Amino acid sequence: MIFEFLLYSVQEGLLFGILALGVFLTFRCLDFPDLTVDGSYPLGAAVFAFMAYRGVGPVAGMGAAFLAGAMAGFFTGFLHTFSRIPALLSGILTMICLYSINLRIMGRPNISLSENLGHRTVFTILRDFFPQIPEVYLRLAFLLGLVLVVKVLLDLFLRTEIGLAVRATGDNEALVEAQGINPDHTKLVGISLSNALVALSGALFAQFQGFVDINMGIGMVIAGLASVIVGEVLLRGRFIFWITFQVIVGSVVYRMATAIALNWGYVIGFQPYDLKLFTGLLVIIILSFPVVRERLRLKKVR
Amino acid sequence: MLRLERVSKCFFPNTPDERRAVRELSLLVRPGEFVTIVGSNGAGKTTLLNLVSGQYFPDRGKIFINGQEITYLPAYKRAQFLGRVFQNTFQGTAASLTIEENLAIAFRKGQKKGLKIAIREPMREVFKEKLSLLGLGLERRLRDRVGLLSGGQRQALALLMATLGNPKILLLDEHTANLDPKTAQKIMKLTDELIRDSELSALMVTHNLQEALSFGDRTLMMDEGDIVLDLSGQERKNVTIEELLERFSEVRHKKFAEDRALLSS
Repeated sequence: MIFEFLLYSVQEGLLFGILALGVFLTFRCLDFPDLTVDGSYPLGAAVFAFMAYRGVGPVAGMGAAFLAGAMAGFFTGFLHTFSRIPALLSGILTMICLYSINLRIMGRPNISLSENLGHRTVFTILRDFFPQIPEVYLRLAFLLGLVLVVKVLLDLFLRTEIGLAVRATGDNEALVEAQGINPDHTKLVGISLSNALVALSGALFAQFQGFVDINMGIGMVIAGLASVIVGEVLLRGRFIFWITFQVIVGSVVYRMATAIALNWGYVIGFQPYDLKLFTGLLVIIILSFPVVRERLRLKKVR
Repeated sequence: MLRLERVSKCFFPNTPDERRAVRELSLLVRPGEFVTIVGSNGAGKTTLLNLVSGQYFPDRGKIFINGQEITYLPAYKRAQFLGRVFQNTFQGTAASLTIEENLAIAFRKGQKKGLKIAIREPMREVFKEKLSLLGLGLERRLRDRVGLLSGGQRQALALLMATLGNPKILLLDEHTANLDPKTAQKIMKLTDELIRDSELSALMVTHNLQEALSFGDRTLMMDEGDIVLDLSGQERKNVTIEELLERFSEVRHKKFAEDRALLSS
């Protein structure tokens, strides 16, 4: 029972690891707090469902979700770089626009993806391919493989000329400009790629859960950020290879923590609807910790 | 090389805060000429550099580099002609990236950035060679993050990055002002060597009158947004700081108001 439950949260952690990598790219590399995520995550799921209902296979569906996410990110980047709308507001504006757009795509607030309706997912394909392997291990292996592929590709991207320029933009925009690179372009690239990953994560979750809900994106940006900072607290990597690794570890640990809260939290009266509060407090505590520690230290010195 | 024709820039026009930072300024800098610029606070020195680098555009007038008009060219597009080092030692480098990553950004300046891996082995050799010229041992620290370096080391790296992409003109905005005297001297020497070796034109803003006279080929004194004294050649060689200040008073009918300049002379 405990083992199965652990396995489930590891799968979730890997799946949301892709989202966390997207959040890492904007929040950490670009220093752009991008709230588009709460809209681009359900967008990915909605686009996937839309395609599935029209008989499109899951791989193409995930590709479409990836592109849709990139477009959403591009729109946010456009608002910020062209219209000079502040970063937070740009993301919120796209997010709110996407709520209606997602409803349009889905046609109704929630839809299910099921084999009975003839929808195929990457998971059903895998199961049909390897019928002798237990499904839970198949899912685990697939998600692990996928998130590692995404991680390695992201690592490679961040080492390319464009990727390096994206990272430099988050560090010192004036320098990037002085070195002949248009920081608006690097921002557009970074935010688009970030939301493409987020939408891919949404498309995966739609298949994993078997349904899409219009409200599934609420709080996802904070969940992603929680993963990023939990990873930072646990591993403190310095090079890109380790930093992206720690984002995934952070995601898995965060999902385990929420699963434990959901399963045994009832002892202290924890209800499923308390989950967002749990996540919010977790992020607040980790972000406040260094400041509080410093204040306490100063108090002692005085 | 660099030519400014009756360039004017006014901040907050038609408001009580209106400030005419640069007024009808014309200037011709010849290839390989190293120009030092002095002037009291608010004289328009930094505004002049910002107009050349494209941080903002002039209200009137034209700016040319190599005969090509760049008056309204966006900053990142004219960056290929220019190298720039600032007073703030954090401004010229990216602190969270490593030394080699910083150099890689500067290395292929002006060329289109693609999906090639940014740092490859042959490039590292070039970086090591260039870094060894600084004489700071940075060539052995390619993979250290720039945030770990001292202010002087960062400024030396910024200087190298500014000149790595073969610019035509180097813009230096009090780039030694935040360093201790010994380091400042070292950076100034390095600056001079880099400018001479690459035959760059340079505009250097400084508060140090001694520095302004002992480095470079030509010294401009600015006041209220225009050039009021322009010294070069023998005339400049023979002038002392006292004479310089005297001539300023003669021209402007006021004293040169700059405590820092007087103290540091």
